[in-house]
Amino acid sequence: MTILRVFKSRPVVAAAAIAAVVAVSAPAVAHRAWMLPSATVLSGDDVWVTVDAASSNDLFYFEHHPMRLDNLAVFSPDGKQIKAENIATGRYRSTFDVKLSEAGTYKMAIVNDSLFASYRVDGQVKRMRGATPEKIEKEIPKNATDVRVQEVQSRMEIFVTQGKPSDTVLKPTGRGLELAAITHPNNLVAGEKAEFRLLLDGQPAKGVEVDIIPGGIRYRDKLNDVKVKTSDDGMFSFTWPEPGMYWINAGVRDDKASYKDAQRRASYTATLEVMAP
Amino acid sequence: MRLMFSAALSAAIVVPASAAEMKVSVEIPRMTVAEYHRPYVAMWLEKAGDPKVVNLAVWYDIKLKQNEGAKWLKDMRQWWRKTGRELEMPVDGLSSPTRAPGTHEVTFDDAKLAGLAPGEYQFVIEAAREVGGRELLRIPVQWPPKPGAEGKAKGEHELGAVSVALKP
Repeated sequence: MTILRVFKSRPVVAAAAIAAVVAVSAPAVAHRAWMLPSATVLSGDDVWVTVDAASSNDLFYFEHHPMRLDNLAVFSPDGKQIKAENIATGRYRSTFDVKLSEAGTYKMAIVNDSLFASYRVDGQVKRMRGATPEKIEKEIPKNATDVRVQEVQSRMEIFVTQGKPSDTVLKPTGRGLELAAITHPNNLVAGEKAEFRLLLDGQPAKGVEVDIIPGGIRYRDKLNDVKVKTSDDGMFSFTWPEPGMYWINAGVRDDKASYKDAQRRASYTATLEVMAP
Repeated sequence: MRLMFSAALSAAIVVPASAAEMKVSVEIPRMTVAEYHRPYVAMWLEKAGDPKVVNLAVWYDIKLKQNEGAKWLKDMRQWWRKTGRELEMPVDGLSSPTRAPGTHEVTFDDAKLAGLAPGEYQFVIEAAREVGGRELLRIPVQWPPKPGAEGKAKGEHELGAVSVALKP
């Protein structure tokens, strides 16, 4: 209702805002958000990867919304942040390039951590997205009721290796939901078992359901998704049935938000390439 | 204890003393395709349960400027995962140019095989062709070899007849 009303009064801005919100919050809601690298295992001295980023129903087809790249961070094998090149956003997808000038494993991550507030004022429900604590204190009127604040932490990652895989970029940050690789994410082969540990704020995330979906959905009738639950030490393992790109996603809700009395929603998403043996 | 020690010693003496040799014959098939590139080929020896392999040869586009040919080395994907990604190509005594269709003989001698621990090995050859396919063949190899030891395999598309002849 609120969205409709805003839409009528300020159509252009509102449409952009809606698109952005869907893209950003996609992992936890209806559509699937993803990044898709042109390759993850590379050889040679002067090589590049190009990456598509979008949110869509089918993996990995850009048919719905482009991903916002405002919070994209690219890390070279030594852990330093480097620049993505040729960044562009089209109608259905965003894209960027990364030059792999060093040997080792690169990480590309889109990390969002912001507050979402909803409240009622003069009988109307208002929403505030991408908010900061200061903004909430300042902009929510004193007479507002039903104030609800949620912290949304989402992390989406891909990994790409030129030459020998390395570990520096795999170190967890200790914030939000993250994947700690036991099996290196660029050393995955069909028919082999891979092991990972899911962490929440750096601690094992136990009993969390991880959704694993192979790409290529458009050309089959079934989703072929597999759900695995993390053990008490946050571990999960999976034997890749086929080579290809896989989308993995997990989410948790709790009350450990950085903002007072807020709920926290944390999600992790990665696209992993599984090679043929 | 003393007995075991002397047995190990004598084995150590026997192996490097031989001027062992491995002769490999590789057929690169002739193809009638619109766009033909000579295949990249890697050959190595591996032993079950041992992550270390013995690299024998890597044929690739070593002459391209700025080592551009290295971009496709990863297409020999088992070789790349087992050992290629650990190397700084080109490697002296390992890399050489790609070969034309036909049968090629290569001989590996002491320099490569000395120090090879006795056991059951697999000779592995992997070929990957730009805009084409990829094929991998295995031939079991016993080391040190018996006189006249030989093994054969036949590829279906990227490789033709491959044979390995060993001389103790």
